[in-house]
Amino acid sequence: MAASDTAQVTSVEHLLASKELVVICGSGGVGKTTTAAAAGAMAAAHLGGKVLVLTVDPARRLATALGLEAFGNKETQVPRDLFTEAGVTPRGELWAAMLDTKQSWDDLVRRHAPDPETRDAILANPLYNNITGKFVQSHDYIAMERLHDLHASGRYDLVIVDTPPTRNAIDFLEAPERMADFFSSRLLRWLTVPARSRILSTASKPFYTVADRILGSQFLADIAEFFILFQTMYDGFVQRAEAVQRTLESECTTFVVVSTLEPAPAHEAEFFLKALAERDLNLGGLVLNKVLPDYLLDPQTGALAERLADQSASVAEALVAADGDVGEAKAVARVLGEVADSYANFRVVATREAEQKARLSNRPEVVATVPYLDSDVADLAGLLDLGTRLWS
Amino acid sequence: MTSLLDHRLLFVTGKGGVGKTTVAAALALLASRQGKRTLVCEVDAKGDVATAYGVGPTEFDPKEVQPNLFAMSMSTEESLKEYLKLQMRLPLVTRIGPLARTFDFIANAAPGVKEILIVGKLAFEVREDNYDIVIVDASATGHVVAQLAAPEAIGDLVKVGRVREQTGWITEILHDPQQTGVAIVCSPEEMPVAETLELAARIADETDVHLTGVIANRVLPELFGRGEEEIFDRLRQPSRTEALSEAAGGSVTPVFDAAELAVTLRRTRAGHLENLRSSLPAGVPLVYVPELFARAQGMRATSQVAEALGAELDIDMEALA
Repeated sequence: MAASDTAQVTSVEHLLASKELVVICGSGGVGKTTTAAAAGAMAAAHLGGKVLVLTVDPARRLATALGLEAFGNKETQVPRDLFTEAGVTPRGELWAAMLDTKQSWDDLVRRHAPDPETRDAILANPLYNNITGKFVQSHDYIAMERLHDLHASGRYDLVIVDTPPTRNAIDFLEAPERMADFFSSRLLRWLTVPARSRILSTASKPFYTVADRILGSQFLADIAEFFILFQTMYDGFVQRAEAVQRTLESECTTFVVVSTLEPAPAHEAEFFLKALAERDLNLGGLVLNKVLPDYLLDPQTGALAERLADQSASVAEALVAADGDVGEAKAVARVLGEVADSYANFRVVATREAEQKARLSNRPEVVATVPYLDSDVADLAGLLDLGTRLWS
Repeated sequence: MTSLLDHRLLFVTGKGGVGKTTVAAALALLASRQGKRTLVCEVDAKGDVATAYGVGPTEFDPKEVQPNLFAMSMSTEESLKEYLKLQMRLPLVTRIGPLARTFDFIANAAPGVKEILIVGKLAFEVREDNYDIVIVDASATGHVVAQLAAPEAIGDLVKVGRVREQTGWITEILHDPQQTGVAIVCSPEEMPVAETLELAARIADETDVHLTGVIANRVLPELFGRGEEEIFDRLRQPSRTEALSEAAGGSVTPVFDAAELAVTLRRTRAGHLENLRSSLPAGVPLVYVPELFARAQGMRATSQVAEALGAELDIDMEALA
């Protein structure tokens, strides 16, 4: 990068230094959580300030790597000693929290319920418990809501959130809007009519006749009760959802897409990059994980591996003739053949992935490539090592 | 013990990115080649099943993509329409439209409604004997338990009405280990293994559906045989690498680096596989699919995986073709 470009955001480091909220997204299994933690560790170590990593479902290993037994909905500070042990004097603080969907929903209800009776009725409603505890769609909204809440609290300089696994990667982007729609919907009011009044409008009658036959009136009454209770929180929820939406759209928020170069995740990343562009959301960076080394793409090495496979016998014989300690000529030839084959195999994958990379359009200014690591990240030093590769 | 393809209804699940769809598509291909009338259904309609067979988008109405092999994608709205038409004898499509939208709205909020429309449709195809086997490219690990447990959960919530009656026969099919099984696809990496073990435990605790097998996908082959790694280590010594480079007419270092990467990856993954093998509940078979380094995607890659699966399950693809 030319010196004149330094004012632009050209690295993950610049990105983390210039934003307050970072949303890490991508399909499942691409290393989102680890990327979020590594970025957080680097920011705390080198940029200073208070940094929070909010994760959805961390591996126990990640908790251990952060020196925490476990962490929950409450924010917990990562011990400073851990940085020192990893050979870094941190300029700031690293905090971690896990998104507990049920707990967060309960907190929301406590905040928005008009009175203690309604609050208790909602919290005790079986449908409410079912929805908040089991249904994954409810994670989407809660993740964004927590993000907004943490940002608004003013307790952190930087909040990095790792998004929940969604059926569709953009689900959570639309979650605040959907939540607002849900509460403003005429359908919702319509549905709650019969419990308020026994007189059915002509429009809703056929629906209830069928619904009654299918679901039974008790279940229908349960649903209606739940919706009526929930409606009492209408104003609070809609305002809230709108505020969350504004936060996501604001300049201080940036989105980082994580992907590997396998076909399915790359396809989803592509889709996501497009969705962000369409929504005019701030796309900050693209992190490509588990990328195979460049030497697999070198044409000369490819040709050499092919030669080595073809001529393994003669090459081995020549080598053993000059240096008998290597081993038996036949065995050496076999090893050379296997090594050359393995190179060719990985070369196929690397070539396909390079193609995949070239095809990714809508790319942001910042693209970080993280190599295939030999081992899993087990401690803070490992996270910082990963972070260093992200940084530049 | 009932083998994977002996079931009537097989749910294939797994963490994102482990090759769940490819394995489901390959199993279905294998079943169809055995002469079974096979339906494969993609629950999260992302279009990956269509890609796996190299065909255009799948729809709710199954289409034959290979002889004996039918593919469909799930749609809760269509499933509801079909249900209303068949069960409630509601002929007027015009009336069903807005009704379905209303239900869709409820389904998004009320627990289990969406899930039962999915599972109910699949079990229906089995009950009606429309297919010999229904293979489901099911939702990823997070959602699948909710789907499998939905008929019972609904049964608990809804005390009367048609749905209540329906949950009876659905659970009967789901809970019969001869008829229904869940297979978890996993790659030999840390997180997928951890999630597989967690899911196996949840299936046992929260559902009465039988876990019929775990499929470890993309298992790297052992690069070196006995005594060969020592030779490789000797070849890695600088003087020898240099001599070899001279003999081969170019630097062999990157070729050796690649081999070392392969060995390290294999070793790390072998550790995760060992953890998987030793932690799985007793009696759950573990099936291995090797890393195929496939150049192709689509139908070619799917049939390669099917062949590898066939070899593991003692089904000869070549003889069937």
